[in-house]
Amino acid sequence: MSYMIVVGVTVVIYAILTVSLNIIVGYVGQPNLAQGAFLGIGAYFAAVFSTRYHMSFWLTIPLAFATAGVAGLVLGAISLRLREDFLAITTIGLNFVIVAVFQYVPFFGGAVGIYAIPLPSIAGHQFSNNAFLTVGLLMLAFVMAVSKYLEHTWFGASLMAIRDDETAASSVGVPVASYKVIAFTLSAAFAGMAGSLYAPFLSAVTPTSFGFIESVIVLAMLIFGGLGTIRGAVLGAVILGALPEAFRFISNYRLLMFGAILLLMLRFQPEGLVGEGSVLVKLTRRATEELRRRRHKGTTDSPAAGV
Amino acid sequence: MVLSSLINGIVLGSLYALIALGPTLIYGILRILDIANVAGLTLGAYTGLKVFEATHSLLAALVVAMLASAAFGYLLQRFLYRPILGRGPLIPLIAGIGVFIAMEEVFRLVFGPYPLDFPATVPLPTVHVGGAVVTGVQLLILIVGIAVLVGTWYSLRRTRLGLLWRATSQDTETASAMGVNTGLVIATIFLIGYALAAISGVLLGINYNTVYPTMGDIPAYKMLAIIVLGGLGNPLGTILAAMLIGLVETFVVAYLGFVLPRDAIAFIVLIVILLVRPQGLLPGESFGS
Repeated sequence: MSYMIVVGVTVVIYAILTVSLNIIVGYVGQPNLAQGAFLGIGAYFAAVFSTRYHMSFWLTIPLAFATAGVAGLVLGAISLRLREDFLAITTIGLNFVIVAVFQYVPFFGGAVGIYAIPLPSIAGHQFSNNAFLTVGLLMLAFVMAVSKYLEHTWFGASLMAIRDDETAASSVGVPVASYKVIAFTLSAAFAGMAGSLYAPFLSAVTPTSFGFIESVIVLAMLIFGGLGTIRGAVLGAVILGALPEAFRFISNYRLLMFGAILLLMLRFQPEGLVGEGSVLVKLTRRATEELRRRRHKGTTDSPAAGV
Repeated sequence: MVLSSLINGIVLGSLYALIALGPTLIYGILRILDIANVAGLTLGAYTGLKVFEATHSLLAALVVAMLASAAFGYLLQRFLYRPILGRGPLIPLIAGIGVFIAMEEVFRLVFGPYPLDFPATVPLPTVHVGGAVVTGVQLLILIVGIAVLVGTWYSLRRTRLGLLWRATSQDTETASAMGVNTGLVIATIFLIGYALAAISGVLLGINYNTVYPTMGDIPAYKMLAIIVLGGLGNPLGTILAAMLIGLVETFVVAYLGFVLPRDAIAFIVLIVILLVRPQGLLPGESFGS
C-alpha cells in the first residue's frame, strides 16, 4: 500500500509537469523541451535552502515557484526572438546549461548533489508519504484550476489565438510578446513548484536527474495524452507514469518506450489519446451524439406511433 | 604548443564538419533538424566495429557501416519524415528526438551498456610538423574529412544531383512543378547524409578507441550548434562553423581553462549566436549559388 502511495506521488509530480507544460506547448503552441530543467531549478533551490538555511518546507514552495519562474521569464524573453525550431533547440540547450551549472557551481553541491534534505513537517509532525500525496494533489488541483481558468478567459483565448496565427492575433490587439512571456513564466513556475515537493520526497537531488531526457519524458507524456487539453495532460502522466511501476519489465525499456511513443504518436495520432480531434474523442462524441439522437427520436416517434 | 593546439583544433573541426554535414544537407532540403541522424552515427560506429572485429579490414568496416546507416536513413525518411512533412518544423523535430532516444536504448539492449574498444590501427604514419605530432588517426580524419568536404562541394556545385539539391532546397514545390522528382532527391540526400554519419561514427570510435550507446549525445548537440552557427542548411557555413567550434574548444581549454565542461562551449556559442545573429555566420545557401 505504501509503495502504491510512492508511485502515486511520482505520478502526481509528473502530472503537475505535464499540465504546466501544456500551458506553453498546448495553449500557446511554443516548443519547450526544458520542463525537466525547471523542475530541477525548483528542486535545487528548495534543497539548498532547506538543508543549508533550514528554511521551512512551506516557504520553499514559493521560493521554488519564484526561482523557476524567473528562469521561465528569461526563456520567454529569448523566445520572442526565435522561430519555432530554433526555439526548440534553445530549450534543449537550456537543459545542458542548467545541468552543467548544478554540476560545477559549488552553491548547488557539485556533482554529488544535495543529500539529507529534511522531511517537511506539519503541526509538529513529520510528513508521511500520505502527506506528500495530499500536498501533491493540492498542487496539481491548483495548477489544473489555473489552466481551466485560463481556458475561459480573454487571456487564455489570446494565448490560443497566438498559437493558431500569431500575426492575426497581434492584428486584433493581442499583446503577443508580453502574453508569451507571461505564459512561459507561469509554466516554468508551476514546474518549479513541483520541484519543491520532489526534493524532500526523494530526500536528495543530483544534477543528472534533471535534464534533456527528463524533459523529453514530460513532453512525451503530454503528447501521448493529448496536447492542448488538461484531461490529456493528466491522462498521459497517469498512464505513462504508472506503467513502468505496474509492469516492472517496462522499466528496463523506459526510454525505448518514450522514444517509440513520441515517434508513433506524432506519425499516426498527433492529437494524442484524448486531445481535440483524436480518434478516441471523435468516437465518443459520435457515440453520444448517436445516443442522444436515438433517445430524441424515441420520444418524438412514440406519439406518432400512437396516432 | 600553439601549433599542436592548432592541429588538434583542425582535426576536431574536421570531425565536427563530418558530423554536421549530413544534417545540414537534410535541413537544406526539408527544413527539418534531423536529430535522428546521430542515431545513424552510433549505428555506423557499432556496425563498423563488428565488421572490423570479423574482417580486420578498416575499409570493409567503413563500407558496411555506410550501407547500414544509409539504409536506416532511407527507411526514416520514407516511413517517418515524409508523411509528416506538411505539419510544420516542430513535429518532425520531436519525432526525430523520439527516434534518437529509442535507438540509444536499442543499442544498449543489443550491444550492452558498456563501452567497447575499437582497436583499429590506422595504416598511416605519425607525422612530426615542427614540434607538433600528428597521429595516424588524426591524419586519417584530416584526409577523410578533406576528401568528403571537397567531394560534397564538387557534387553540389558541378553535378546534376547538386543542381537538384539546390533547386529543391530553394523551393520544393516549384522544383517539383519543373519536373524534379523531389521524392528521389530527398531519398538520395538521406542516403548520403546517413552514410556521412556512419563515417563520422567510425572515425569517432577509432579516435577515442571507444563505442558506446550514448556516444551520439554530445555530437547531437554540437551538430545543432554548428548548423545554426553556419546559417542553417548552408554547407560552407557548416564547415566554417565546425572549424571555428573545434578551434575555440581546443584553445579555450588549452589556454584559458574553463569553469564549465568544454562541451558546454558549443551551446553557449549557440545561444549567443541565436540571440545576436539568428541567421548564422553565412545566411542562405551560398554554397551552391
